[in-house]
Amino acid sequence: MATQFLPPDWPGNFWAHWAVFTVIILVFLLLTVMAFIWFERRAMAIMQSRLGPNRAGPFGIFQPAADALKLLIKEDVVPAAGDKVVHWLAPVVAFVPVMMVFAVVPFQGGALLADLNVGVLYIVAISSLTAVGIFMAGWSSNNKYSLLGAMRQVASVVSYEIPVVLSLIGVILLAGSLSLQQIVQAQEIPFILVQPLGFLLFFCGALAEINRAPFDLTEADSEIVAGFLTEYSGMKFGLLFLAEYGEALAISAIVTTLFLGGWRGPLLPDWLWFLLKVGAVFFFIVWIRTTVPRVRIDQLMALAWKFLFPLALINLLVTAVEILVWPDVSLWLLVPVNFAVMIVLVLLWSKLFKLGWGRVNV
Amino acid sequence: MLADYGYIGLLLIVAIFFAVTTLLIPFSLSLPARLAIYSRKFRHYIQTRWPLLARFIPPLPSPPKFMQIVPYNPSPVKNSTFECGMETIGKSWVQFNFRYYFYALVFIALDVLVVFLYPWAVELRGLGFSGLFAVLIFIGIIIVGYIYAWKKKVLEWK
Repeated sequence: MATQFLPPDWPGNFWAHWAVFTVIILVFLLLTVMAFIWFERRAMAIMQSRLGPNRAGPFGIFQPAADALKLLIKEDVVPAAGDKVVHWLAPVVAFVPVMMVFAVVPFQGGALLADLNVGVLYIVAISSLTAVGIFMAGWSSNNKYSLLGAMRQVASVVSYEIPVVLSLIGVILLAGSLSLQQIVQAQEIPFILVQPLGFLLFFCGALAEINRAPFDLTEADSEIVAGFLTEYSGMKFGLLFLAEYGEALAISAIVTTLFLGGWRGPLLPDWLWFLLKVGAVFFFIVWIRTTVPRVRIDQLMALAWKFLFPLALINLLVTAVEILVWPDVSLWLLVPVNFAVMIVLVLLWSKLFKLGWGRVNV
Repeated sequence: MLADYGYIGLLLIVAIFFAVTTLLIPFSLSLPARLAIYSRKFRHYIQTRWPLLARFIPPLPSPPKFMQIVPYNPSPVKNSTFECGMETIGKSWVQFNFRYYFYALVFIALDVLVVFLYPWAVELRGLGFSGLFAVLIFIGIIIVGYIYAWKKKVLEWK
């Protein structure tokens, strides 16, 4: 069924399919992460009235490649007091799950490595494993900043896992499937319009899980130097950095697939639509980073447990009731209803109690 | 279906291979520098311990400078724990209260709830209202515990 979108001369062979898509995933990951690093630095520079990297190549586009080469020939400093084996293994453990996520993301109709029928569950399970690598990195460095950063990472992943997973259920209810391919096919209109609250909750939680600003407490530069990255240098640092940006890329791809209609779009070729949407989501992440100040750790935890989790549960039940009460109604009718539900709930819930801002007496 | 899991297993192997290779390339490039350091240290050891013997041992070959692409030059100061210029006091591997013990407990309860909601979400249209009521009872039980935790101020980061 999945092969109907592929060209007619597609080799149906197991090994050919595997080889082609493994190369595609690897190249896509590396090139897009490099492009994203350049894009983030340039976009942030423009937003902050700076120039950004502009020496290596036109507009500095070779800057990430130059940085990678520099990291490759740097001396590898391992703290004498640290656990050397775990210190070495941590970047591997952090990177591997990031790459595994892309196995089920469709780049185009049918163009994906493995069309799992438990795709969303697979993504949820795999993507949270990066926290193990980050905790290994923080613990093995035997540095107090590293350990604090790693502890914060574990705490935030434990807290944000639940709202993220719950807000995805709204999409699954609408699509009636866990396969990412079928979820994209079910999106006559992008699910961001039908599930605005779900998107909001998922995006907040995802930003916290991949520790991007404003939830980047794991490596908050002004508090704990660089968190778990403090004792890393050379290619180990490079691999952890790659894993981090790969996570941002993975989140962009998942948001694109689940909420923005994946590869679907008029006129342009499908894969180009996918890339454009991924880039747009990443630009949104960068935009948030330059706009919103960092939250405090108690605010981070309060946001997950008191705001995102109850709203995700309510959103899930509202969606389920809507689907059961109006089984045959057009999705367009749900758009205004769900937007109204989102506005009312967010306003009410934020007036209901304080999330922990203001002074805290510790 | 089984082929899909085969793809994923093979991708896992490729991912691990890629990550390990990326780490091994700079290590192998630093081998000449490591060899140079070790031969110098060995020479120094021999000369300080047995100066007479050192005359009969020819100097170990040291790789030329241009081969030492990735430097390797550890020192006690460089390899000490980084703490903004201060000397570290004590170890980091100590027990400390990080206050998320209760979060972990609540997480386990809620995570089980979420995993049970996934199959229901896929089969929602087939199960209809009876499925929704069953799930509502299930969520209700968990919510009682959640409200209790909130009232007991477990969710406060203090």
